[in-house]
Amino acid sequence: MAELTYLEAISDGLREEMRRDESVFCLGEDIGHFGGAFKVTDGFIEEFGADRVVVTPLAENAIIGTAVGAAVEGMRPVCEMQFADFIACGFDQLVNVAAKLHYRQGVAAPLVVRLPSGGGFSGGPFHSQNPEAWFLQSPGLKVVAPATADDAKGLLAAAIRDPNPVCYLEHKGLYRYVKGEVPEGEYVVELGKARVAREGEEMTVITYGSGVHLALDAAEALDESIEVIDLRSLCPLDTETILTSARKTGKVLVAHEATQSCGVGAEVAALVAAEAFEDLDAPVRRLTAADVPIPFSPPLEQAILPQLDDMKEACRELLAY
Amino acid sequence: MKPVDGVVVREPARDRRSHGVEREDVAFVADPGHLKKADRENLLRYMTMMRAAEERAITLYRQGKIPGSFYDGCGQEAISVGSSYVLGPKDRMCILHRDLGAHFVRGLTPDRYLANYMGRSGGPTGGKDGNMHFGDPELGCIGMVSMLPDMALVASGMAMAFKLRGEQRVAMTYFGDGSTANGQWHEAMNWAAVQKLPIVFILENNGFAYSTPNELEFVVDPIERAATYGFPGLLVDGNDVEAVFDASRAAADRARRGDGPTLIECRTMRMHGHGAHDDMRYVPTELREEWADRDPIERYADRLVAEHGFSADEVERIRDEVKTYVDECAKTALESPMPDPTEAHRGVFAEDITPLGDGEALWSHWSEG
Repeated sequence: MAELTYLEAISDGLREEMRRDESVFCLGEDIGHFGGAFKVTDGFIEEFGADRVVVTPLAENAIIGTAVGAAVEGMRPVCEMQFADFIACGFDQLVNVAAKLHYRQGVAAPLVVRLPSGGGFSGGPFHSQNPEAWFLQSPGLKVVAPATADDAKGLLAAAIRDPNPVCYLEHKGLYRYVKGEVPEGEYVVELGKARVAREGEEMTVITYGSGVHLALDAAEALDESIEVIDLRSLCPLDTETILTSARKTGKVLVAHEATQSCGVGAEVAALVAAEAFEDLDAPVRRLTAADVPIPFSPPLEQAILPQLDDMKEACRELLAY
Repeated sequence: MKPVDGVVVREPARDRRSHGVEREDVAFVADPGHLKKADRENLLRYMTMMRAAEERAITLYRQGKIPGSFYDGCGQEAISVGSSYVLGPKDRMCILHRDLGAHFVRGLTPDRYLANYMGRSGGPTGGKDGNMHFGDPELGCIGMVSMLPDMALVASGMAMAFKLRGEQRVAMTYFGDGSTANGQWHEAMNWAAVQKLPIVFILENNGFAYSTPNELEFVVDPIERAATYGFPGLLVDGNDVEAVFDASRAAADRARRGDGPTLIECRTMRMHGHGAHDDMRYVPTELREEWADRDPIERYADRLVAEHGFSADEVERIRDEVKTYVDECAKTALESPMPDPTEAHRGVFAEDITPLGDGEALWSHWSEG
């Protein structure tokens, strides 16, 4: 075990997979000697060479589209979007070509799209988004969003080994903020399994990514028996862990940094309402970003992204219901 | 849009990279010696098969047996047949909707094409996708999507895999004049040039993107743009199957040598509407008549007799055999059951990976090593 930041864990996971399997290669903008916008691939081109660390032109559809072609020909491409927001420029290849290929033709497209996502640092409307709901409306894509350093490594390895296109959302706010013990060498965390991040009896916060840390901090600060479920994987969704916790505590808050309408919170709330209705002691609540583009100026951004005080207040309200 | 004769080479004026790589020639030499009599028979056979299968499909469409719409490549048979004919077994294709002949050259049988159009379980997609949205993975083909320039990037990705693994293999794909106006086309041309990918891009300029003529799609003809991306363009008579073959052979050789992509623009005319619902009243009658005189199959049949030692009876026999075969295939397709509705829920995610298979390689060059 080594203590790594979330960012270092992503690099470590990618490097391990590239060492293990020659068919794994990465492609993206500025990922060569520059090491990528966030330095995830720092030192990669020196170790693996320019053939396996492919610096691409500014062309997101080309990144995803050529990854599909390489994947069907036996490679395991790992695409880097410089920011998750830029997947909008590669969306056609992702949702029309990659996502539907196996259903339409029985051809697997094992590729990973790494998506540096999330706000909180004045990135503004084009460098701060959490676009996971876009992908969840596109059958054929798997979607993961690690919250911890060891999951960052293990889920990336699982995503690379999966025979499907996987969107891997890495929250930029966690890159250097989160540290943890990470197993050395090969380490895989199975896709589709949520994790009980904190056990509790009175209510459940169901969340993922940056929301996990907000929920854990709130639970500690309130010193209440709050259970925190870290979904880790949004598709496939671990409905069993969600429902087990909802039935146990009877009160559910779904929290995420993405906008509210038709988001993961809506899906989880509908699931809990449909399957655990008899066990609920309160309506399912949501804590999310407001349904607005992410504004630039710090007071505006803080006003629309969920903050620790918002999480504490949402928990207090639900506990008191 | 004017037809061209034979093949016209457009070289990049110079390599525009700052590090000054010397320009490479496409080394295009028209050479009828690459084709033996059996090859010429095949070229006629597969063009005829494409037309016969599409005519059979139109009948099925009119009989209400084909749901949705119907799209064909009438008048463009020389392009998909002449180009795909150069490929070796391990080469790969992304085939589009005017290119049925390429599917047949790679080994697909017409019954599976017709079954796919009818939404039957015997089609390559088993009813999951319709019309020309298929490729047989067992023959090394990935099917198109409706966003027509997209496959230029997917094929580039296949070429990238060949390059990364140091394999002397080629990817080939098609697009129309309309696609060259789309950003993804640019992304593909630029990427393939930067990476020097082993790929052959075949543009079927049939004059109209649905109803929109060339002059509303672009100012600079795509063949001129190839040179500015940094690779050669070959302007070809798309209704001359041997010219298409020759240009494709030169381009595939160039790709296999590691010299990078080539754009081949095949000038042709779409002789039917965009789909069966389109009466193409926007195409002037005289233009249609001019191109009808250049029918690729009739021209080639005449040429086989005039220049290549075929008798008229021989040509007639080949064409009759193909039509009989297609009729038999139609019967097989009609016997194929509709898919079980529960199948709609299956296959969203892959459980494992089945590698693509190889296509047939009919060109005598491959059997002779």
